Amino acid sequence: MTLWWIADALLLVVVLPVVVYLLHGVLSAARAIVPSVNRIGAAAAAGSKDLDATALLLTTKDQVAQTVAVVANYGGSLDVIVDDAEEAGA
Amino acid sequence: MIVEAIGPGTGMIVVMTLIVLALVAYLLLVIVQLKRITDGLDRAIAGVGEIIQKSAPVNEVVDDINRNLDAGVDLLEGLLVKKAGLVDSVGLVEGLYPGAAAAGLRNFPESTRIEAPRIAEVYTKGTLTLARLGREAPIAMANPAGPVLRNVEYGSLAARELYSSVRHTNPEKLPRSPVIGTDSPVQYEQRDDIGQPRKRLPARPASP
Repeated sequence: MTLWWIADALLLVVVLPVVVYLLHGVLSAARAIVPSVNRIGAAAAAGSKDLDATALLLTTKDQVAQTVAVVANYGGSLDVIVDDAEEAGA
Repeated sequence: MIVEAIGPGTGMIVVMTLIVLALVAYLLLVIVQLKRITDGLDRAIAGVGEIIQKSAPVNEVVDDINRNLDAGVDLLEGLLVKKAGLVDSVGLVEGLYPGAAAAGLRNFPESTRIEAPRIAEVYTKGTLTLARLGREAPIAMANPAGPVLRNVEYGSLAARELYSSVRHTNPEKLPRSPVIGTDSPVQYEQRDDIGQPRKRLPARPASP
């Protein structure tokens, strides 16, 4: 009988506080994760918004192709207009 | 009576109940926090998905842009070397971008071993560019170690003479700007015959 009471006391004094302590730690850790996850979500949304301009790269690509084509035409004209360099010793 | 009814078994049940209640309470709170974490991760995953979707064509587009720019660089380098010669080309590049001659021209590895002529020291960049576009200036034809080709102090005249304006010759009079408007001394009225069919002259009589 006395041993049973001792076991009850141990459960009440030792096991219950340990269980509460551990659960409190888990809860604190879970609560600490929430703000970090929210910040990650906000950063991902902002990063996605920053990439909205990537569609303009297609325009840039076309513009670069057109510019290089114009430069090529201009270079072709210069090639005809301007004399070639004379070789040293020629 | 009551005290006798509360035995060690009852105490055990009470303590176990307390432990279970603590477990339930804390686990419920943990579940709520985990739900918030899941919602936040869902939002983050949606954002990351958008990032992946939007950045997917970037590599292809940038590669295409680089290919076009490479072709342009090859073309301009080749044209420059063809028209100015390798030595003058290196001097031109060095003059426009000091220090660039060390890297040389991309398609001409031997250009890194050339001592760049001091083109930028004897001509301004604008003059240099115009001269290289066909005005036949004797740029960098002399020994780079020799004296400069023009007077450095009054050298701007050489640049100005490349233009068609006569102001640099300090003329006594320059033509006045025309006066326009209703009070101008010369009125330009619209002629009626402009745009009309040309008048035919009377036919000449046949010569005897």
